[in-house]
Amino acid sequence: MLLSRILNMRLITHNMLTSHVKGVTNGYPLIIEATEVEEKEVDFNPEFISRMMSRIEWPALVKAMEWIGKKDCLPEEPIENCEKDNDFLQKAHHALMEIEVITGSLKCPESGRKFPISNGIPNMLLNEDEV
Amino acid sequence: MTSKRRPEHQAPPEIFYNEEEAMKYTTNSRMIEIQSEMSERAIELLNLPEGTPCLILDVGCGSGLSGECLTEHGHEWFGMDISAAMLNVAREREIDGDVVLADAGQGVSFRPGTFDGVISISALQWLCNADKKYHKPQKRLYTFFSTLYASMKNGSRAVFQIYPENPQQLELITTQSVRAGFGGGVVVDYPNSTKAKKIFLCLFCGNQTPTLPQGLGTGESSQHVKYTQERSQNSFHKRQSIKKSRDWIAEKKERRKRQGKSVRPNTKYTGRKRKTHF
Ligand SMILES: C[S@@+](CC[C@H](N)C(=O)[O-])C[C@H]1O[C@@H](n2cnc3c(N)ncnc32)[C@H](O)[C@@H]1O
Repeated sequence: MLLSRILNMRLITHNMLTSHVKGVTNGYPLIIEATEVEEKEVDFNPEFISRMMSRIEWPALVKAMEWIGKKDCLPEEPIENCEKDNDFLQKAHHALMEIEVITGSLKCPESGRKFPISNGIPNMLLNEDEV
Repeated sequence: MTSKRRPEHQAPPEIFYNEEEAMKYTTNSRMIEIQSEMSERAIELLNLPEGTPCLILDVGCGSGLSGECLTEHGHEWFGMDISAAMLNVAREREIDGDVVLADAGQGVSFRPGTFDGVISISALQWLCNADKKYHKPQKRLYTFFSTLYASMKNGSRAVFQIYPENPQQLELITTQSVRAGFGGGVVVDYPNSTKAKKIFLCLFCGNQTPTLPQGLGTGESSQHVKYTQERSQNSFHKRQSIKKSRDWIAEKKERRKRQGKSVRPNTKYTGRKRKTHF
């Protein structure tokens, strides 16, 4: 059975998202300032997580976990052949798919611009002078 | 849309798609059906590897009807939309994707090589309008396409179902997509039916073996693409049957079968007009 979830920003999204403010050259990773975080159980799809491993910026995921106060849930570095290691994939799954930021903001590391998150949805709209 | 003015002429998208309009995406069954049908077709045109869970971007994801189709196919997806009201409907629908409030014309702010594919249903034509004094459609389209290109995996596709107002608008869109590095072409379903006719812009990212019209891979780089208004012989499928006709139903059943869904067997009654009962 598929578990249903209300869409909130998960860390997989955070891992892929960058700041696109005009003039910013290194807008990654966005700094998470969370005031409300939730955990939800999501079906584990090892094949999907395994496919994502080459796309995931691991240090950013470790940082993200640290920012929301769950520092010790992840190994500092991905282990060798992590794509095939079920234990490892399960941990990655938990961090990427089961932790949601409901309220807070994402701060551009270069410009300091804050993108607010409310109702689980990050607001990435730019002002006229930021495009 | 014959008697009514085009939505893009009425208000900017974040205003037009207000709560009232957004509600239609949960209550108007005809609208839901059309949106889902077009989403299915767009996913088919994406030509994703069979049975592999992919990460897809849905541009103008709105209420999440198109996203639901992606979920049904076993994919994960991110959505972006400029209307908070539409995203709120998506929230209420308990959808399985992550969404961001964002304006496609300001660019796609996802890291390079993130997506295995991109779909967009009835959204892109909105970028052809200048809704703010400082909006330049050409520039907004280019910003969108170039950042989208970067966010896609080499070899992946982006499929846009669009309602261009006129041929010039279609050209404006395709020109900017080519400038951004995309190859590809336009696929028209049911070109001879005013009602069922649907236009899909299919874009290829990176150097790919062409499956769509001339141009791609014919010695020149993939940036040199001829866009054709009609579907050419090389396009993936030839579907020209009139909607709701016997052939159309048979094709649809065939497609659903391929997707592993259950369908009723064809009989001599298939596609026949039914008597109206009271
Ligand atoms: C016809 S609706 C598509 C609905 C969607 N496929 C669904 O399943 O509900 C078009 C959507 O495009 C969005 N849109 C229009 N202009 C946009 C822009 N510049 N950036 C992002 N989304 C936009 C609108 O807010 C609207 O939700």
